[in-house]
Amino acid sequence: MTEITASSPATFVRPAQTRRDIGIKKRYRAEKRFRVYGVAAILTGLFFLFVLLWTVVSNGYTAFLQTTISLPIEFSEKVIDPKNERADNPAKLMTANYPLLVRDALVKALNIDPANRALVKQATDMVSASARTQLRDIVVANPSVIGTTQTVSLLAEGNIDSANKGQIDLTVAEANRKVKDKQIEWMKMLSESGSLTKSFNTGLFTYGASSRPEAAGIGVAALGSLYMMLIVLVLALPIGVCASIYLEEFAPKNRLTDLIEVNINNLAAVPSIVYGLLGLAVFINFAGMPRSAALVGGLVLTLMTLPTIIIATRAALKAVPPSIRSAALGLGASKMQTIFHHVLPLAMPGVLTGTIIGLAHALGETAPLLLIGMVAFVVDYPGSPMEPSTALPVQIYMWANEAERAFVERTSGAIIILLVFLVIMNLGAILLRRRFERRW
Amino acid sequence: MNVLKLTAAALVASVAFAGAAAARDQIQVAGSSTVLPYAKIVAETFGETFPDFKTPVVESGGTGAGLKEFCKGVGPDTIDVANASRKIKDSELETCKSNGVTEVQEIKFGYDGIVFATDGGNADLKLVPKDLYLALAAEVVVDGKLVANPYKKWSEVNKDLPDVEIAAYIPGEKHGTREVFDEKVLAAGCKEAGATDVIKGLVADEKEAAKKCIAVRKDGLAIDIDGDYTETLARIASNKNGIGVFGLSFYENNADKLKVATMSGIAPSVETVASGEYPVSRPLFFYVKKAHLGVIPGLKEYVEFFLDDQMIGADSPLAAYGLVPAPDAEREEVRKAFSAGNML
Repeated sequence: MTEITASSPATFVRPAQTRRDIGIKKRYRAEKRFRVYGVAAILTGLFFLFVLLWTVVSNGYTAFLQTTISLPIEFSEKVIDPKNERADNPAKLMTANYPLLVRDALVKALNIDPANRALVKQATDMVSASARTQLRDIVVANPSVIGTTQTVSLLAEGNIDSANKGQIDLTVAEANRKVKDKQIEWMKMLSESGSLTKSFNTGLFTYGASSRPEAAGIGVAALGSLYMMLIVLVLALPIGVCASIYLEEFAPKNRLTDLIEVNINNLAAVPSIVYGLLGLAVFINFAGMPRSAALVGGLVLTLMTLPTIIIATRAALKAVPPSIRSAALGLGASKMQTIFHHVLPLAMPGVLTGTIIGLAHALGETAPLLLIGMVAFVVDYPGSPMEPSTALPVQIYMWANEAERAFVERTSGAIIILLVFLVIMNLGAILLRRRFERRW
Repeated sequence: MNVLKLTAAALVASVAFAGAAAARDQIQVAGSSTVLPYAKIVAETFGETFPDFKTPVVESGGTGAGLKEFCKGVGPDTIDVANASRKIKDSELETCKSNGVTEVQEIKFGYDGIVFATDGGNADLKLVPKDLYLALAAEVVVDGKLVANPYKKWSEVNKDLPDVEIAAYIPGEKHGTREVFDEKVLAAGCKEAGATDVIKGLVADEKEAAKKCIAVRKDGLAIDIDGDYTETLARIASNKNGIGVFGLSFYENNADKLKVATMSGIAPSVETVASGEYPVSRPLFFYVKKAHLGVIPGLKEYVEFFLDDQMIGADSPLAAYGLVPAPDAEREEVRKAFSAGNML
């Protein structure tokens, strides 16, 4: 039975079947090949992403730790205020010789002969020069510490920090490295006694720019970026949304609007440095706004983000089905009511996604800021967007050009922070879309 | 939506009016990326020492760009100080004057050594300008004729040099360092090799002849670096035989990774550059607008602080970073010239 059924159709169909077999196999092979290409493309992408992340993270994770040296500092009245005039002249406390306090404490802790100037210099070099301001701030905030001894945790100098993290090759001849043998000996001594420790580097987030790596942070840059993002959000979102609503819902379809549409699409692809040139010419040279200010940066980035937002908003408005508009109009709503009560709320997830992606793009931008003076060394926090500030990616660029070894890890550390911000923003965009998007 | 629109309108309006009103209380500096690290140290220490003044803002961007900004005009919306790794050019000074910046004070605050270095694992390297000229020139003199540079290996230039292919990472043409490199290395080497006179005999135009001496080969063995010294360092890390050009301060901060070459038998150091023994060095400047002194708070104090011995003296933080201090008498002279108000 089975034999008959199996063989009888075969005798009839065989020629046709063989022809069809050849075609199917070929198409299957083509599909398989295509899938392999696809997987290979994804793997290549993932490989480079992995290499990038690996170099950044392996170079940068140490930046989140900072070596500190805690020393019992004697706030001696003889050094700070020898003539006891702080009551009449508080400015005296600002200019006192604070580094001397650190020197005395080190000489005591390390048992050095104070007359041996070379050794004392090597010892004081281990502590950051920022100790002056650190001690000054303590005394100014609370003058009653004068005359007492307090244990203060001082920042270790950048090279000592690098050596403590094993980033300096100690096999090189002593003359060719920044950390001397004696200092390494002291480091061992101090870390055994528990005064030289590594702890979380809060300064990386709070300090402004500094020429000393141990006292350098992204605080000012992050605040500058925040100001700029707020300006971009407040200006670009309403302007972009209004422009797209008009273009999409009200404007007549004619040559002029076609031309505008082509131009907007072109503007989205213009290199960002061009916006920087525009900002320099219009905002600084013509309108007389201050250089290096977050305000100008924000305006330039607004111009740069506008086309992105307009394109995203128009796409979102287009995606709202015409039946919604017809229904609203049919029930007697005006065109304005139709748009603001029905169309825009339905398009909002798309609009917000476009805005967030535009903002993330603006956050990572350096080129346009170069020309308006924001690629700068700024130490003080800007009190308003009118004051000089810098931006996160600019800080990364500036640190990447520094000569000191300790800036290498800080550069990667700052990149990690910027990446985290970008991931959070893009994740937010995806979540918004997932949560509020309606399918028709 | 209405609220949003109102905020936007208010912001645009406030932005339009705010610009003109600003009187500045913060010094603004721009210019050379070679001077930048020194200016940063001074600015930071200045901010710490004078709590009444804000810390100056120091932009980088290059000598040319800085002087261009500097010469835009006088007033709070222009910068106060331009850092320069070369002297201001006559053409730049003319632009300055035509824009109303007539009172420019020039201040020379120290010197910078330019060193040649290779990867730290290499053998000691002894260079003379002649070797560098022969290795890097576009055309060299062979049998009394100018021919395209035939040398491919250092050992072909001078048999004492290593037997490896020539690879030199030199500053790009927009760098102030390049000018010093051209003048103190290539032109000097051209003379040493005895090529200057031969070229003069072959090329009638004197300017053209001088240019031939400093023309660098374009066949890929001499590589222009337009970025910073960090890029040169990375290039040398990937090509261990490469020779790179660095500032003395950058080298000193990375002495564990690099091996410095002697130039005509002199090893570069702060001492040899200061004494003039080491031949490849250049002065560093900054330019101040006299009209801004006394108008921008702290500007006068900043300049005086910069020129103080505790900043640029022999035992100062700038010297520790790699600045070569000027001799005592010269420093004193610069200070006097500034307080006397001497202008260009």
